[in-house]
Amino acid sequence: MSVIESIAEWRLWPMLRKEFIQMRRDRLTLAMMVGIPAVQLALFGFAIRTEVRHLPTVVLDESRSSESRSLIAVIRNTGNFDIVGAVQSRAELTNLLASGTAQAAVVIPPEFQSDIKRGRTAQAQIIVDAADPMASSAAIAGASLAGAARGAEIASGRTGRAPPLEVRVRPWYNPAMRTEAYIVPGIIGVLLSLTLLMITSMSIVRERERGTLEQLIVTPLSKTSLMLGKVLPFVVVGYVQMTVVLVLGKLLFDIPIRGSLPLLYLITLGFIVANLGIGLLISTLVGTQVQAMQLGFFMMMPNILLSGFMFPRVAMPEPAQWIGAMLPLTYYLEVLRGVLLKDVGIEYLWRDALILMLFATVLIALSVRRFSKTVD
Amino acid sequence: MTDHSVSAPTAPTDAQAPAVVTRGLRKTFGAFVAVAGLDLTIARGEVFGLLGANGSGKTTTIRMLTGLLTPSAGSAAVVGFDIAREQESIRQAIGYMSQKFGLYDDLTVVENLRFYATIYGLRGAVREDRMRALLDELDLTPRAKQMAGTLSGGWKQKLALACATAHRPAMLFLDEPTAGVDPAARRRFWEIIYVLAQGGTTVLVTTHYMDEAARCQRLAFLSRGQLMALGTPEEIPRHFGQPTIEDVFIELQRRDDAAAA
Repeated sequence: MSVIESIAEWRLWPMLRKEFIQMRRDRLTLAMMVGIPAVQLALFGFAIRTEVRHLPTVVLDESRSSESRSLIAVIRNTGNFDIVGAVQSRAELTNLLASGTAQAAVVIPPEFQSDIKRGRTAQAQIIVDAADPMASSAAIAGASLAGAARGAEIASGRTGRAPPLEVRVRPWYNPAMRTEAYIVPGIIGVLLSLTLLMITSMSIVRERERGTLEQLIVTPLSKTSLMLGKVLPFVVVGYVQMTVVLVLGKLLFDIPIRGSLPLLYLITLGFIVANLGIGLLISTLVGTQVQAMQLGFFMMMPNILLSGFMFPRVAMPEPAQWIGAMLPLTYYLEVLRGVLLKDVGIEYLWRDALILMLFATVLIALSVRRFSKTVD
Repeated sequence: MTDHSVSAPTAPTDAQAPAVVTRGLRKTFGAFVAVAGLDLTIARGEVFGLLGANGSGKTTTIRMLTGLLTPSAGSAAVVGFDIAREQESIRQAIGYMSQKFGLYDDLTVVENLRFYATIYGLRGAVREDRMRALLDELDLTPRAKQMAGTLSGGWKQKLALACATAHRPAMLFLDEPTAGVDPAARRRFWEIIYVLAQGGTTVLVTTHYMDEAARCQRLAFLSRGQLMALGTPEEIPRHFGQPTIEDVFIELQRRDDAAAA
């Protein structure tokens, strides 16, 4: 029986009604459906900061000149370095970096100003604690840029001519380069896929475990109506979760919402149904709720690691990219970031939207096929 | 009896056909033979008892007839419909109560009943009238708003019976319907079964209680998937040279154990 026929068939409605009554009574699960997104959002949003700003920085200024002071000012103005103190010796500096009190140091030798005045290349050093490459990369890049800019400034001051070239980098879509603007939209996708897939599979397996499925199977209720009845209420849950994360993301992290929300909500349907399909498929494979949960968690790792949620997919080895390409989340992240950050429309997103719809159709069809109205 | 009584099946079936006919019905699970070629005919309106020890094949037989299990071999028809080809017609014509309470603990009595009545195709005022009649006849009206999960055994079984008969099925399958139910509730339960049978409903029931077996019109004794005896509660003990049905039961059990040793 097709989906359309099943919706037209009135037997679907008692199923939906029952599911909503049960959902309403299960206060704990209901609270979790809204509570988990909120907590996860806070966790991911606040904790995941891949860019590091304000490294505590000490200065060993042996030049003590106007040139050394202006270089320090330039470095401070990058926003990557907080000058927390001055030191008098190399030994002291090494100590502070080793203990972690300082994570960066600026060293300016005594001859710094005189070298500049005499037209020689003056040397200055910025030492960065790069034990964590992710934490230090932004600071390192910022420091080199600041140095180069100051150099060019001095050079043009000397010759009285404009610098020969200037490259201006424009970080589009996320000009402040905030990680949360990138991560929070992704959280919508991660949360939807994890919770939906888990509650769907568990909800069907629970009926099997409790023996209520057997009673249902001997009725004239069709297979399609049974499964649609179990799945459709979770579409509503999915949209509620998405809205919670969007609203909280706006309030807590000021994430941009630049594109069309109706478009986002529309494409989201394909993603939600695809995940419900995975949940249904899991329910046809496992016998107990515990197994369903384990399989759900098993799906979690590739979703978080390989979808491009945290790590850029272009940086991954090819096999990892292939696995990523099999996850609906990978395409949905494009849609989320496309709509929220880049304000792009269906003309750029139709491919992702189509793939999500394809996932949804194939997964639902597959699980309806696999689901058997017998218990043997 | 009013139009809304528990009895008087109205589900469309072939009234000429026997309620159940099985021919060489067989079910194996791997090497284990649960039902070994069963030939059985149950007439319309009979209260038919299926007896036997645990693992004798009673539940497997019922599960094949209700479409829950696919037979390994043989054929069967329920109220004139073939179990392999006409399952959806069978499902509208039968009611089924499993050993384990199969209703929703987190729905009330009336919500469970309304859910099943609607699934079976009852709508609007007809459904509400039918529900009211069922609740009344099964003494469930005072408990209509109680959560099914908080009912005791006997009440749960009555609710399950109400749900299984909401659509006035022509045939009712009851798999140990009174297991774990107190004697008074068991007696009341059987009174209701008789009312249903008088209204023309065929009842196939499995039980471990000998007093319940004696209430059936005909009995079939199963042992290790085989039909050992078929007859009225009076004929069966005579056939085995035993004084009571219970003695037959124990004798068959003894033979089983001897064969297994």
